Amino acid sequence: MNGRKDLLDIESLSVEEINYLLETAGPFKNLIRQSVKKMPPLRGRHVLTLFYEPSTRTRSSFEIAAKRLSADVTNFTVSTSSVVKGESIIDTIDTLQAMQVDYIIVRHGAAGVPNLIAKHTRASVINAGDGHHAHPTQGLLDAFTIKEVLGPLTGRRIAIIGDIQHSRVARSTSMILRKLGAQVGVFGPGPLIPEDRHPDMQSFRTFDEVFDWQPEVIYLLRIQTERQKEQFFPSLHEYHRLYGVTDERLNYIRGKGIYIMHPGPVNRGVELVDGVMTYERTLINLQVENGIAARMAVLYWLQPETGSQRE
Amino acid sequence: MESPGQQLLSPREIDTRIHRLAYEILERHPKEKFILVGIHRRGVPLAQRLAKVLEDERPGVETGMLDITLHRDDPQKATFSPDFGKTKLPHDLDGTLVILVDDVLFTGRTIRAAIDALFEYGRPSKIELAVLVDRGCREVPIQPDYCGLRQTIGRESYLRVRLREQDGHDGLFLVDNKHQAP
Repeated sequence: MNGRKDLLDIESLSVEEINYLLETAGPFKNLIRQSVKKMPPLRGRHVLTLFYEPSTRTRSSFEIAAKRLSADVTNFTVSTSSVVKGESIIDTIDTLQAMQVDYIIVRHGAAGVPNLIAKHTRASVINAGDGHHAHPTQGLLDAFTIKEVLGPLTGRRIAIIGDIQHSRVARSTSMILRKLGAQVGVFGPGPLIPEDRHPDMQSFRTFDEVFDWQPEVIYLLRIQTERQKEQFFPSLHEYHRLYGVTDERLNYIRGKGIYIMHPGPVNRGVELVDGVMTYERTLINLQVENGIAARMAVLYWLQPETGSQRE
Repeated sequence: MESPGQQLLSPREIDTRIHRLAYEILERHPKEKFILVGIHRRGVPLAQRLAKVLEDERPGVETGMLDITLHRDDPQKATFSPDFGKTKLPHDLDGTLVILVDDVLFTGRTIRAAIDALFEYGRPSKIELAVLVDRGCREVPIQPDYCGLRQTIGRESYLRVRLREQDGHDGLFLVDNKHQAP
């Protein structure tokens, strides 16, 4: 399985490539759990994280993954960089290119920026989230996590709940799950359910309808209050009542043994009640752990066009 | 249908060579404890067979398996193998005498990687190398301590090792045309 130069979205990955990445992530996870904390394949390689949007978790996860593979990591912090001085993205890329980095992990508020960067550099570019477009490593870690608890995804039912319209997580995760044969249903405030979603993706009007569909996993999206300029629902309290996992719903979920996922960080009392965090089938911490393994698999697989290709 | 190639060792001869290897190891280490670590793929059944031969003299001799994929000097060329990450050792290797086991010694790069990988699991007191066949053509200065068959074979040819645990039958064959491999 030859690696690609870049990972920009789930859409362009073949099922074969997805399976390769998921199968490689497993051994990486086992190695970390054993005594081996560091492996040599990226020795001498340089990874740069370029985040135009704040993120602690995703950036740390990438940083840990890269360091476990023995790469050197530099964090390009936007607030202290020339970006505030009005440097264009292309100028920044030229600078980074001159610094001879091999991998660029980029997050940006605008869709397509990672693609633009990928076109202008020999380094491998990994999209760590671009606008409402894609977050492919989140999709990979979610698929890996569900596969770990449920086995093969064919025919599995996963309900994604929240702001589907503006969520790159929803886009990448639903796409990878469907590519692997799972059924994905969506539920959330009416204006936040995309009209142009794939016809195979069922939508629900109430939480009870979600339960009637008998999903094996309920995937809660984070309400991004900071991104919410327009008001799509009356209040957070109202959101919780209609679309959140309340104590009552948690009882039902526990009774059915449904798994709960969330990309983090959670808004307690909005998407879910405190009790969810201690529910034995909450996979939120497992997602964090698996995120490192999935990102190691991606870094290991990609092939930058920088420097000498060793034969 | 794969062409069998020229037989270099029969199943019976392979068995004899493995016995001889086992006794050479025992001769050199009459008292000292050691662990036999097979390199994926075919070093693994070989290490287990050596342990079996030694069962009478050394009941319960320890074995392990080592995957070297992450330590190759050409990591980007590595393809996915089902053995990826399947390293299993009974304990950490601090102060342990390790005998690495592999089927064919060729360029020596695999062994270089294996030594590198072993150090992830501690600091062995000593590492030795046992191989079924040494075919020459080394690219790094590594030599076996125990060797079942020494025969120089040019780069253009391919050695096909078959072991019953993985292939259903035993045999060592020389395939002239590299393109018929593996």
